[in-house]
Amino acid sequence: MSVLVVAEHDNAELKPATLNVVTAAAQIDSDVHVLVAGTGCGPVGEAAAKIAGVSKVLVADGEQYAHHLAEVMAPLLVKLAPNYGAVLAPATTGGKNVMPRASALLDVAQISEIIEVVSPDTFVRPIYAGNAMATVQSSDSVKMITVRTTGFDKAEEEGGSASVEAIDGAEDPGLSAFVGQELTKSDRPELTSARIVISGGRGMQSGDNFHLLESVADKLGAAVGASRAAVDAGFVPNDYQVGQTGKVVAPELYIAVGISGAIQHLAGMKDSKVIVAINKDEEAPIFQVADFGLVQDLFKALPELDAALG
Amino acid sequence: MKVLVPVKRVVDPNVKVRVKADQTGVELANVKMSMNPFCEIAVEEALRMREAGTVTEVVAVSIGVQQCQETIRTALAMGADRGILIKTDEDVQPLAVAKLLKAVVDEEGPDLVILGKQAIDDDSNQTGQMLAALLGWSQGTFASNIDIADGKAQVVREIDGGLETVSLNMPAIVTTDLRLNEPRYASLPNIMKAKKKPIDEKTPEDYGVDIAPRLTVLKVEEPPKRQAGVMVESVAELVDKLRNEAGVI
Repeated sequence: MSVLVVAEHDNAELKPATLNVVTAAAQIDSDVHVLVAGTGCGPVGEAAAKIAGVSKVLVADGEQYAHHLAEVMAPLLVKLAPNYGAVLAPATTGGKNVMPRASALLDVAQISEIIEVVSPDTFVRPIYAGNAMATVQSSDSVKMITVRTTGFDKAEEEGGSASVEAIDGAEDPGLSAFVGQELTKSDRPELTSARIVISGGRGMQSGDNFHLLESVADKLGAAVGASRAAVDAGFVPNDYQVGQTGKVVAPELYIAVGISGAIQHLAGMKDSKVIVAINKDEEAPIFQVADFGLVQDLFKALPELDAALG
Repeated sequence: MKVLVPVKRVVDPNVKVRVKADQTGVELANVKMSMNPFCEIAVEEALRMREAGTVTEVVAVSIGVQQCQETIRTALAMGADRGILIKTDEDVQPLAVAKLLKAVVDEEGPDLVILGKQAIDDDSNQTGQMLAALLGWSQGTFASNIDIADGKAQVVREIDGGLETVSLNMPAIVTTDLRLNEPRYASLPNIMKAKKKPIDEKTPEDYGVDIAPRLTVLKVEEPPKRQAGVMVESVAELVDKLRNEAGVI
């Protein structure tokens, strides 16, 4: 039975997380459809139609979908879900907000943050901050799934030629309204899709000191992240947080600077290909997961690293 | 205004869990248990609202084994007014939890339910959104600030790109993120006082809710282990290894 991917986008651009979800969806069934719900989101629909492996794109264009409010999105998913064997969304704050609401309306148990498709009804998902992997089987008629994007490769952005169909939206129940957004502006790559990530922890001591990291990041073309301790201390905004309850990243190279390596942080980065830890405390647990460890004061190491990268 | 705060008993966040040898789950015997940290934030937020005069009563509810009573006592010691324990030895999954909580809401009639955004054991991040759906209420998930005025809740949400503010019709569901507040510790006198606060004991059958699990856990395994790494002596050596050995820069 066909599967439906809920596209993540900002009405202008398709977010790359959608591509990882298409890969997961294609492992459940070869007939992959993509839902683009938004306002003036035609270009996103066209982009979705080009993804390799997608056979059909459904575009629900309406004022009510401008900000993807869960109260408005869920009824649309409820309307579409009975036509599909599975509905999948990325486990981003967007997907996590909408999918459980739609699942409950359908009386279906959601399967959160899958990292592997074992069969069309059986999936692997991390529990206990990734310290255990559960294989779960769903008995529901439609599988409602959020996908941890680091568990699946991106589908090719080009090569597909899906049909695009405009569909009617569902009614806005009028329960909530969008007031505003304060998005962190950055010219650096996005944290969850960057090839290299450099993160700072409590050891950075202040938000100002993050410029030491940023300078290295710019030489490497890296994204900048942080541990929960650094975010809680107000050094950097919440969207920098890597960890169990923040963002999960799996770049080619992850550099942890002044991060002790709490279980909650490791949960968000331990699938990175190469991990570097720089910390002056040689007992820090981060060294247990690091491929390369350097015991040194970060205020000495970072300027040296910056200079070495020329 | 009455606030309902569901609280979950979970393995203490500082415990490193071990997978059972028979792959049926993780070892819970003789492991320290605590209130889920996000639920502590939810309790704290409700208490602050009561202290600010917006809220008159804070009711803590927990679902699970008899020992969940301890989790409710913790909420009472922090300052919640009374508790409800829905006792069951079965595995209760998020959808079933949401159904039970809906039944409690129908009986108690709160104006606001504050929940943790996620429990740190199963990491599902579903219950609040599901409860909102079943009640037909608005939802403000991953909240870092809540303002209640003129019959609306204005909630600042932590989203992937930064922050988003939504205005919710009341009654509403809010789920907490880390930056909402810093939960208080219960003082000794308050722990003593909490022992006298009432806890109602119920069962899922009392509410007529079917809690049969929809997801079957086939097995639970250890995650793949990382190979032990090497220590380097200097930044120069590190850069050399990253360039020439790992080839990542």
